[in-house]
Amino acid sequence: MLLSGSEIVMECLLREGVDVIFGYPGGAILPTYDAMTKYPQIRHVLVRHEQGAAHMADGYARATGRVGVAIATSGPGATNLVTGIATAMMDSSPMVCITGQVPRGTIGSDAFQECDITGITIPVTKHNYLVADVRELPHIMREAFHIARTGRPGPVLIDIPKDVQNEKIEFVYPEGEIKLPGYRPPSIASDEELSAALELIRNAKRPMILAGHGIMMSGASQELRELSERAQIPVSLTLLGKGAMPENHPLVVGMMGMHGAAACNYGIQEADLLIALGMRFDDRETGNVKTYSPNSKKIHIDIDPSEINKNISVDVGIAGDLRMVLSQMLPSVPSQQHPEWIARIRDWQEDGDERDIVHHETTGKLLGAQVINDLWKATGGDALTVSDVGQHQMLEAQYYPHQRPHTMLTSGGLGTMGFGLPAAIGAKFGKPDEEVWAIVGDGGFQMTMCELATAKQENVKVNIVILNNEYLGMVRQWQEFFYEERYHATPMFSPDFVKLAAAYDIPAMRVTSRDQIEESVKFARSHEGPVLIEYVIEKEEIVYPMVPAGADLHAMLRRPKPGEGTK
Amino acid sequence: MPNSLKQTLVALVENKPGVLNRVASLLRRRNFNVDSLTVGRTHSPHISRMTIVVDAEKANGWRIASNLVKLVNVIDVKLVSEEPHISRDMALIKVRTDDTDSRNNVTLICERYPARIVDIGMKVAIVEIAAQEDIVEALIHELEPIGIVEMVRTGVVAMGRGVRILDAEDYEPLMNTPNPNGDYQVYGV
Repeated sequence: MLLSGSEIVMECLLREGVDVIFGYPGGAILPTYDAMTKYPQIRHVLVRHEQGAAHMADGYARATGRVGVAIATSGPGATNLVTGIATAMMDSSPMVCITGQVPRGTIGSDAFQECDITGITIPVTKHNYLVADVRELPHIMREAFHIARTGRPGPVLIDIPKDVQNEKIEFVYPEGEIKLPGYRPPSIASDEELSAALELIRNAKRPMILAGHGIMMSGASQELRELSERAQIPVSLTLLGKGAMPENHPLVVGMMGMHGAAACNYGIQEADLLIALGMRFDDRETGNVKTYSPNSKKIHIDIDPSEINKNISVDVGIAGDLRMVLSQMLPSVPSQQHPEWIARIRDWQEDGDERDIVHHETTGKLLGAQVINDLWKATGGDALTVSDVGQHQMLEAQYYPHQRPHTMLTSGGLGTMGFGLPAAIGAKFGKPDEEVWAIVGDGGFQMTMCELATAKQENVKVNIVILNNEYLGMVRQWQEFFYEERYHATPMFSPDFVKLAAAYDIPAMRVTSRDQIEESVKFARSHEGPVLIEYVIEKEEIVYPMVPAGADLHAMLRRPKPGEGTK
Repeated sequence: MPNSLKQTLVALVENKPGVLNRVASLLRRRNFNVDSLTVGRTHSPHISRMTIVVDAEKANGWRIASNLVKLVNVIDVKLVSEEPHISRDMALIKVRTDDTDSRNNVTLICERYPARIVDIGMKVAIVEIAAQEDIVEALIHELEPIGIVEMVRTGVVAMGRGVRILDAEDYEPLMNTPNPNGDYQVYGV
């Protein structure tokens, strides 16, 4: 069949099972937009800014595990994708971005809307392509999806000159094995590696599992649970690891790190064995690496060999697919009991509960922690939440326990403000049966709030929760602790969010007291399309515990117990 | 004799536009301290070979290797300084030869090195050397008092000794590089 480059793009998307693409048209990508009219099976979602397209594709990918697709024109269209691509790269989210490029003959001439997007995105993509010949296109499309979804997933960008999109060739979809001699993701562990890891597990008295995003990526939740239960090993989760194992499971201690549960951080510091699964010892997880878990042996299993011994030196490093490696390991994992160790962790947890703000008497002010806690209750603890970046993100992580994988999406590695709303829209497209809640702050929301129009136009059922404290709250918290309360550039004017929603014809509600929270959830559920709820919260709330940047993991700033004074 | 302070990596990469850019970008963004990087063609028209030398005190060769293999266009990587290998650095050194003493000295020094004079005139001479990096350094050191006016070095190339062969025999490119008509030969379609 004689097809143009653009039609080949669409044919290949169909064959990859793509049902929705997020994008914004423009000159250099117009041939592909024209070809879309012949492929109504693939829904195109018109965004309001290309960054939104990238985050939507990312959100779609994180919610489903399938590859998300974003499309944009050359030049500014392509550069606007970059923040979203970098976000996906840092969190290993499978994504394919297609950008238009000026015709081949004008590349390098500073043509209108020309930009070296493959050059720009080398550091923030897993791989990228500039299509030099239309005959390469079917292979490149196939390779791109393969690279994006396999191994350690990540974003792949395909830059297609306009004349390549227009050129016609006889289209034959390449079948058979994809030949990428330089691309060989690791899969299974060697016998030596396995026996070394098992030996450490057998000898451990105070073991702790650190479970990360890799559990979700490889689909190893069941294997993780079996390992933890059989050897009675407590599990600490990374931010992106939330949902890897049900958080109401007695062996799940909570989230680790800078704003993690104190019990996790103390546990990590006192453990004699850490089993790190699909996580990368981010500095927000380790604190000071020199004093990190000083007395433990360490096993690190990750699909990316370059992560092993990067931040923390380990005793056994296994580069492999988590599900495969854990499956190899499980038959030999011994049944164990660690009652004293688990009791010690329980003590830390009880101490943490005593300090927990939601267990304190209500002061009359609405606290972000209470909002999330009550949302969790009112939604039955089973929603798919997408948070933005800042205090509300940490509160979500602390007060909204998740029971299933792929139900808590957030920008962890890059910490991209503005991620929340567009990613939630993308997630809803991927998982239409999930109840999707975008939980955002007043700062991050205003970075991408133009996507309200997208949500309305596409009638996407996302419930948007804005925790409005009239501050860039997390930055303000740092200013309070480390810059002697000089609140520079953090107090923030916001529009009337309820009126703003009205301008978009989106139902909205403002909540100012705790007793309205349940009602607000009912309100959200009573409407078909997007709904916005603004919670006007206490301005100077602090997220505890907090490990100051670079401090020892156990040196947390804790909330005082009741009766111990204020801050 | 491998230089113990340096680590040498060899990478086979696809001979495609932009591959050098990808490797250089990786080395820069990971903050790897690179001493030299050379790239050239191999006996296979589709494969190029890079030799990367890093200062072992500031960078870990294994870490660099594990990052390099992640690049899709990098077919294979080897840390050759971990095994017996041959390494060569080439230099062209232009020295002052504007009096009899300097001309004689340059000639004498070159006799003690695997070096030769490839151009000589009334004012300057060009000395060529291809040797292990430390020998090149030693020659430069000796020529310095005479007066080096210009110098160029290729950076180190290296190869494992004996049957330690790094190749990409099975490699088959999807497409050839364009022929002079700007046309592509497409494989496997």
